[in-house]
Amino acid sequence: MSVTADQRELRDDALNGLQLSTRLDSLWRTPSGFLGALMSVDHKVVGRRYIVTAFVFLLLGGVLAILMRIQLAGPEQTFLSPDKYNQIFTMHGSTMMFLFAVPVMEAFAVYLVPLMVGTRNIAFPRLNAFSYWMFLFGGCFLWISFALNVGPDVGWFAYVPLSSLQYTPTKRPDVWAQMITFTEVAALAVAVEIVVTVFKLRAPGMTLDRIPLFVWAMLVTAFLVMFAMPSIMVASTSLILDRLVNTRFYDSSSGGHPLLWQHLFWFFGHPEVYIIFIPGTGMVSAILATFARRPVVGYPVVILSLIATGFLSFGLWVHHMFVTGLPQLGAGLFTASSMLIAVPSGLQIFCWLATLWDGRPVYRTPLLFVIGFIVIFVMGGLSGVMVASVPIDTQVHDTYFVVAHFHYVLIGGAIFPLIGAVYYWFPKITGRMLGERLGRWNFWLAFVGFNIAFFPMHILGLIGMPRRVYTYTADMDWAHLNLLSSGGALIFALSFALLLVNVIRSLRSGALAGDNPWDASTLEWATSSPPPPQNFDRIPVVKHREPLWLDGESLPVAAGLSVDRREVLLTSLAEAEPQTREASPEPSIWPLLTALATTVFFIGSIFTPWAVLWGTPPMAVALIGWFWPAGSREDEE
Amino acid sequence: MRQTIVRNVGDLPTYGYGPRSGPWWGAMGFMALEGMGFAIAIGAYLYLYAVNSSWPIGASPPDLWPGTAEVVIYLLSIIPNEFTNRAAHRQDLPKVRVGLIVMSLIGIVLLVLRGFEFAHLNTRWDNSAYGSIVWLILGLHTTHLATDLGDTVVLTVLMFTRHAKPRRFSDVTDNVFYWNFVVLAWLPLYALLDWVPRL
Ligand code: HEM
Ligand SMILES: [Cu+2]
Repeated sequence: MSVTADQRELRDDALNGLQLSTRLDSLWRTPSGFLGALMSVDHKVVGRRYIVTAFVFLLLGGVLAILMRIQLAGPEQTFLSPDKYNQIFTMHGSTMMFLFAVPVMEAFAVYLVPLMVGTRNIAFPRLNAFSYWMFLFGGCFLWISFALNVGPDVGWFAYVPLSSLQYTPTKRPDVWAQMITFTEVAALAVAVEIVVTVFKLRAPGMTLDRIPLFVWAMLVTAFLVMFAMPSIMVASTSLILDRLVNTRFYDSSSGGHPLLWQHLFWFFGHPEVYIIFIPGTGMVSAILATFARRPVVGYPVVILSLIATGFLSFGLWVHHMFVTGLPQLGAGLFTASSMLIAVPSGLQIFCWLATLWDGRPVYRTPLLFVIGFIVIFVMGGLSGVMVASVPIDTQVHDTYFVVAHFHYVLIGGAIFPLIGAVYYWFPKITGRMLGERLGRWNFWLAFVGFNIAFFPMHILGLIGMPRRVYTYTADMDWAHLNLLSSGGALIFALSFALLLVNVIRSLRSGALAGDNPWDASTLEWATSSPPPPQNFDRIPVVKHREPLWLDGESLPVAAGLSVDRREVLLTSLAEAEPQTREASPEPSIWPLLTALATTVFFIGSIFTPWAVLWGTPPMAVALIGWFWPAGSREDEE
Repeated sequence: MRQTIVRNVGDLPTYGYGPRSGPWWGAMGFMALEGMGFAIAIGAYLYLYAVNSSWPIGASPPDLWPGTAEVVIYLLSIIPNEFTNRAAHRQDLPKVRVGLIVMSLIGIVLLVLRGFEFAHLNTRWDNSAYGSIVWLILGLHTTHLATDLGDTVVLTVLMFTRHAKPRRFSDVTDNVFYWNFVVLAWLPLYALLDWVPRL
């Protein structure tokens, strides 16, 4: 290393408090103006956009849910045509799973993980910006297609042969298949960023057993994404190839096989549920520790449960296929492993209950949502153990019992913790508190509305109402329960309207939060709210699992990073010993341009295979622009 | 909150090699998920193989020479690749330049050979599920070959400009590392595509 270059460089130990903040602020700030906004590589800016966009998709998916519930409120309604209904449940499922649930969890990680591990930016900030654009363009593409009446209509899992060219000769399944690719590219890239951020960018001293539980949860989730999502990309690419260039993957007349689709889909689809649920548990652990005013009981148990859940989730995909006529022994094995997964989840729940029991709980809104989560999730788990058994599954397969079950798991497991997380971290992200009174209303309406909406579906399923029917006749005796369910759905929807009101009001006039309004223990609360562009003026040094509780008012920090160029500190994998000071990328327009080129490529290839040829050069040019080190300060010297 | 400086990291280097560098871990991550993609594609191949009574379907197995020639070149390419790696660790710019040029040429040769391989598969993608999966797998690997080649060429050009800064040598070693993955991925795929249909 050249000593002269070192001496030229200004270090943070040469500056005092205010000078240092100002200097770092201007070094790390996103450029101003519209163009600057498009160039941002700050994980907080990207994360905020990601969160807001995902919530917009929740809103859209929710509107569709309400449309379905209006249609189903009484027998023989004509509010929606059968054809529209097909599109709507497909769009609802696809939007919720691919454009809301997974992205919103990764989005929270993009915002929070770098702060929680005490670093200045996520690993690969340009890739992060690219991920967001891909997600945005993929989502818009799906919804614009829907508006133009070419939205997909073959269910969120697009089973072949229904989705094959022969049965659906429109462009609808192609739209679905390409939307998958967009969102998966984004999800996979974010997963890699999270893994590397957690492995290499942790603050000095944050050994493996001092990593916050939310960060652990996101790490496990990122691995699940990396190992589950390639499967659906292979599946959907094969599907679109079958449709566009006549390959025969799923065509049984030429040696293909429809069940191949189901294997590929559920190899992804089952872990998908845990990709949504595990971050939820991370949020629960974070909130619980803060409001029970003590560390979560059984930290190692929780981590082992997370890892075990991750592993087990891959063994289970076949339970979605019990009714497809698998060999008996296989079915038995998968039943056993499906039930086994209840064990680690159960362990975590006991750890949380013990934390509450042993703590001095403060019942603020985030904690209410966590308690709501525990109640609903336990019920969803119980009906899950029921459908894991082959005889019961054979009975209730494709009835509303299943619809009830997975909404208990998804909404209980993900939405309740998520809304709790919104209340919990809103002050960090915006600098203002959400209203507590509205928050309580929000919680109770959500809890009551949710149960009224979804509990009756269990009964409807048991008395035979199939899923994915656009209406039913009066002599089936399903009308009362359906009306009740629709009423509950409206109450549930109202609770989200309250959340929106609360957010808008608080953005304008919420109480100022201060650095650490909940007196929490993890590092994101060690900086101001909202955090400055550089996150921390000096990188924290971690000596305990609960740094802010145990270090009181004087945080140990490290000095010596450059203030001339963007630098992050890399530490070793296990012990988090400082190793290098690596450059962190400057803002750039290229990730956006690359995403645009990729979008043209993907959408073009739906309409003509030639897009693969003329679509590639722009992508290559954009990628070279992205990686060419022009304009980076270290290369200007 | 008051802060106490307890350590100084100013002496640390501004880049590292291998597991000490961020991009190396990024490459690891992408190799893991791409490896998973290969594994899934292999699984799909074996699944279709298992559910069909005759394999390959309505075709003869691929001609052996293109794939085999690739195996040989891939294995030999490890030598200049490792040469580049060592030169990069020593920060020997002239040798790194030579190594990168050689690696770029090897990539081009392999890409051309790959064209012949497609032509000698003895099946089209739309003949049968057999043809489809063979083309998919070969296409998947070719994408890796082409992107790695693109990366190598850009890096080569970069090393002839003023951007050939010390930390770029770390990028070179990551490129070397990724090439090993492309090589390693080819071996099971070669066995699968060229030999399983001959079983
Ligand atoms: C306001 C809240 C919600 C209501 C009232 C609601 C209602 C419904 C209904 C009635 C169906 C069944 C459609 C049918 O089979 O005919 C359905 C399907 C589905 N819902 Fe929801 N839902 C809500 C929220 C969610 C959320 C938050 C998620 C995921 C995170 C979700 C995921 C799904 C999925 C994956 C399907 C299956 C779609 C398909 O079969 O293609 N829902 N929902
Ligand atoms: Cu499952």
